[in-house]
Amino acid sequence: MKITELFDRGEFVVSAEVGPPKGIHIDHLVEEAKTYLSGVHALNVTDNQSSVMRLGSLATCKVLKDAGLNPIYQLTCRDRNRIALQSDLLSAAMLGIENLLLLTGDHTRLGDHPQAKPVFDLDSVSLIHTAKLLESGVDLGGNPLVGQAPSFAKGAVVSPCSDSVDAQLTKMERKVAAGAEYFQTQAVFDPEKFIQFMERAKQFGKPVQLGIIIPKSAGMAKFMNDNVAGIHVPAALIAELKADKEKTKAGITGIEIAARIIKACKPYCQGVHIMALGWESKVPALLELAGI
Amino acid sequence: MLITKLKDKQSLLSLVSGKAFLIHCHGCMELSFPLEEAAAVQKELSGAGKVAGVMTADYICNPENLRLRLRAHMDEISQADMVLVFSCGVGVQTVASMLEEMKVCAACDTYPLPGFQGLTPLEHDCGQCGECYLNLTGGICPITACSKSLVNGQCGGAKNGMCEVDPTMECGWERIQRRLAALGRLDLLKSPTQIRNFAAGGEGTKETTTV
Ligand code: SF4
Ligand code: SF4
Repeated sequence: MKITELFDRGEFVVSAEVGPPKGIHIDHLVEEAKTYLSGVHALNVTDNQSSVMRLGSLATCKVLKDAGLNPIYQLTCRDRNRIALQSDLLSAAMLGIENLLLLTGDHTRLGDHPQAKPVFDLDSVSLIHTAKLLESGVDLGGNPLVGQAPSFAKGAVVSPCSDSVDAQLTKMERKVAAGAEYFQTQAVFDPEKFIQFMERAKQFGKPVQLGIIIPKSAGMAKFMNDNVAGIHVPAALIAELKADKEKTKAGITGIEIAARIIKACKPYCQGVHIMALGWESKVPALLELAGI
Repeated sequence: MLITKLKDKQSLLSLVSGKAFLIHCHGCMELSFPLEEAAAVQKELSGAGKVAGVMTADYICNPENLRLRLRAHMDEISQADMVLVFSCGVGVQTVASMLEEMKVCAACDTYPLPGFQGLTPLEHDCGQCGECYLNLTGGICPITACSKSLVNGQCGGAKNGMCEVDPTMECGWERIQRRLAALGRLDLLKSPTQIRNFAAGGEGTKETTTV
């Protein structure tokens, strides 16, 4: 089911992220998804996340769909040129995968094959434009498609707590102009910043899902502050994670923090997107504590 | 070395708002430079009273050289509303970096010439993409200043204003955003979706580019 239909109905849309394994055994991922994530509306499947080579996003989406879940196909411009990207979009439509999240993608240099050629023939904006073009029955080369055209829910990302927030809003506007229908954000740890961002972003009139990472430890928080673009964990939260190590290790502190952020931001957004990063089993407790 | 071609005349004339100061670079002209076409555009602009001054120089990509040359024309430049540069992308970027307050536009697209490299790319770099974007980006080249050569704005990877690929390099789109804000031209960032034409130039296509 298209995630945009849920937004249209006024639902507070919950999605979670799963990362395909580095290998061909997917049973564990499917089991976990069925056990812990069957309550969410949709599941993002990452595309060689962080430029680390893994099992394909499209194949994983198909397996999840067959298991009765609702996948969101993440597609980046890092590894494929416009011919391969369009071909994969057609493949997705043919397999009944309707939800897309279209990204530029991390640079190859950051991953586990730093020698690889970075492609970036298209970028997030032109990929959204291309998906929209395919929906009109024409490809990027101007050639007509044969038969019924595909139809997608076209999603994109934005980074509300980026230190380049003006550049991010500009880019968001370009994505909307190109055809983006909904947005998921980078992880937010500072509701105040998110709310300020939404004050400016609401003019675009597109639903935004708040990005959430459950913080696992003070060390993880500091690591993200130093290394992950668009993420700032405030000192007070790091202190909270440090205070009771056992409670933090059990995931309780992280769930409390994440639930608090969701509650504070909920009136300003249209859904939440949870990047559990291995803590999928904690998602049900988080949603319960956050009251969704 | 490289080849420059004039942008099409209509889009060139529409670039000029108010009076323009024209800069012609004849550094690499022995190779390929659209001299006659440039003269025709100059004539047309000057007939319409839109020329505040003209400077012709060699190798404006050399900052020392350019600085000296510009000094003699600062009066005329201060009378102008914009600067239109007939050179390769490096030349335009060198001018833009020296006239920070001015709108600096590229009159040409820069193509690669098989077997040759740019002559004096000191501080600025041109990837010879064949469809110069400098007029949309405040004179900062998105092809060489952005690690992913993005043409539709910043990716999500910038951290503290630095590029995700090289934390010692400032994010090119951060610089573009800042420069356009300073020029009061943030509207340029709302340009229609740009899609690169790799058949027009750039690395990887040198063998197949016909000139
Ligand atoms: S956009 Fe950059 S690479 Fe392309 S012609 Fe202009 S300066 Fe050269
Ligand atoms: S961080 Fe900036 S310079 Fe680096 S790839 Fe992204 S947009 Fe380009």
